[in-house]
Amino acid sequence: MSKVLEELKYLETHEWIREEDDGTYTVGISDYAQDALGDIVYVNLPEAGEEIQEGDSFAEVESVKSVSDVYSPASGEILEVNENLMDEPERINQDPYGAWIIRIGNAELSDKLMNSTEYEEFLENEA
Amino acid sequence: MELKTPLYEEHVRLGGTIVPFAGYLLPVQYPSGVIKEHMAVRENAGLFDVSHMGEVTFKGETALSTLNHVLTNDYSDMKIGKVRYGMLLNDDGGVVDDLIVYKFREDCYFVVVNAANRHKDVEYMRDKILPGTIMEDISDSVAQVALQGPRSFDIIRKLMKEEDIPKGYYTCKEHVDIDGMDCIISYTGYTGEKGFEIYTANENAVRLWNLLLETGKDDGLIPCGLGARDTLRLEAGMPLYGHEMDDTISPFDTNLGYGVRMDKAEFVGKEGLLKRGEPKIARVGLEMIDRGVMREHQDLYSDDRKIGHTTSGTHCPYLRKAVAMALVEKEYAEPGTELIVDVRGRKLKVRVIPLPFYKRK
Repeated sequence: MSKVLEELKYLETHEWIREEDDGTYTVGISDYAQDALGDIVYVNLPEAGEEIQEGDSFAEVESVKSVSDVYSPASGEILEVNENLMDEPERINQDPYGAWIIRIGNAELSDKLMNSTEYEEFLENEA
Repeated sequence: MELKTPLYEEHVRLGGTIVPFAGYLLPVQYPSGVIKEHMAVRENAGLFDVSHMGEVTFKGETALSTLNHVLTNDYSDMKIGKVRYGMLLNDDGGVVDDLIVYKFREDCYFVVVNAANRHKDVEYMRDKILPGTIMEDISDSVAQVALQGPRSFDIIRKLMKEEDIPKGYYTCKEHVDIDGMDCIISYTGYTGEKGFEIYTANENAVRLWNLLLETGKDDGLIPCGLGARDTLRLEAGMPLYGHEMDDTISPFDTNLGYGVRMDKAEFVGKEGLLKRGEPKIARVGLEMIDRGVMREHQDLYSDDRKIGHTTSGTHCPYLRKAVAMALVEKEYAEPGTELIVDVRGRKLKVRVIPLPFYKRK
C-alpha cells in the first residue's frame, strides 16, 4: 500500500505539492509513482528561473525500466531545483516526500489537485 | 490472451510485477527491484523463469544436414554435448531468428529459439527440412530456468552429481538428475556471467524453481525478472532479436558474422547475403558524454545528418552509467567517434565505445 501524506495535495499523474512556511511550494512525485517507476537512475531537471504553467512537463524521471514526465501542479516561477537529485536520483525511491524536485514561487495552484483522501480513493480505483 | 508459464503462481506469490511479454505473463521484477536483481547476478546468483523460450527438436538420419541447410552456422564438426549459436535467415539474408543448437546424439538435436518467433520459425522451417528429419516443437511441455552468476557452480554442486555438471562454456548434458527430476542442463546464459540453463517437464517446474531458490539462499541467490535480464544482457553487449537484429538486418550488419559460415556450399539466405555485398552499417556500443539516459529507437546524428539509431539503451546498474547499442553507418563505428543522440528532443553528446560494455573477470 502506497504512503499518502495528509498535508499534501496531489495530481492524478502522481505529483505532490506542499505549501512551505514562506509561501512558496515544493513539488515531487508520490510514493505510488516512485514504486511504479522502480529504481530511479536519472532525473532531467529544469533550470531555476523558468516560468511554468500548470500541466507542463517540467522534468523527466528515468528508471531502469522507463522514462516518465513530471507535470506541474501549479503555474509560477521555478525558484530552485533540487540539484542533489543529479547525483542521488535514488533518493526519490527512498524518500519520495522528502526528495522534492522543484520549488515554485508566485504559484497559482491547479484546480485539478486532490486532497489526500481523494488521492487515496483515486489510487484504490487505479489498482 | 497471454499464456502463463508453469511458474506463474510462484511469481505472484513472490510479489513479482507481472507484465505481458512475447505472449506470456512474466515478472518484470520482484519487490527487490531491477538494480538489486542485476547486482545479485553480477556478484552472487540470480534465478530467472525463461519458460517462454521455444524448444524445437530435430531428429533422424538427416537432422545434421537439415540444420546445416536451414541455419547459418556449420554443425558438422560439433561433438555430442556441445552447444553452438546460429541464425535462421530469409531469402534476402535478413535475420528471421537467432538461436542455439544442442547436440545430444548424432541424430538428435535440441534447438532453443526466441519466444516471440517460435511459431514463425517452425512455419518457416517446415517446408525446408530434408526428408528423414523429424522436427517437433516441444515448447509447450518444457519449462526452462536460468541460474546465473558467479555462485551458480556452488549452488548446482549441492544438487547434482559432479559428473553431470557441464564444465565447459557452451556444453550440455541431457537426462541429468536433480532431486529425482529428469533435466537438460547447459553451461550457457544471457547475462555475461557463468551459469546454467536448465530444462525440465512442466510438471517439475515449481519444485525445481523452489529447490534452487532454497538451495541457493545462503549463496545470495534471488529470483530475477525480465527487467534485470534485459539490463544484464545489454551490459554484456549481447544482441536481442527485434532490437539489434530483425528480418531487414543481416548478421554482418549487426556484427554477428561469427555465427555465419559463408564457406558452406549452401544454406537458406546465403544467396541473399552474397547479393547484399559488404555491410554498410555496424553495431556499436555508445556511452553518454552529456547527462541523460538513451533508450531504443533514438536517432543518431553526425554534423546534423542522421547516420543511425539506438537499438537498446538503459542505465546499467553494475557499470553505473547509461549505455546503448546502436546500428550506425560503417564510417562512424570507430571507438572514440563522437555523435549526437536525440533523446526525446534533447540533443545529447555520445561516444562510440567497444562492445561488450562489461566482461566478466
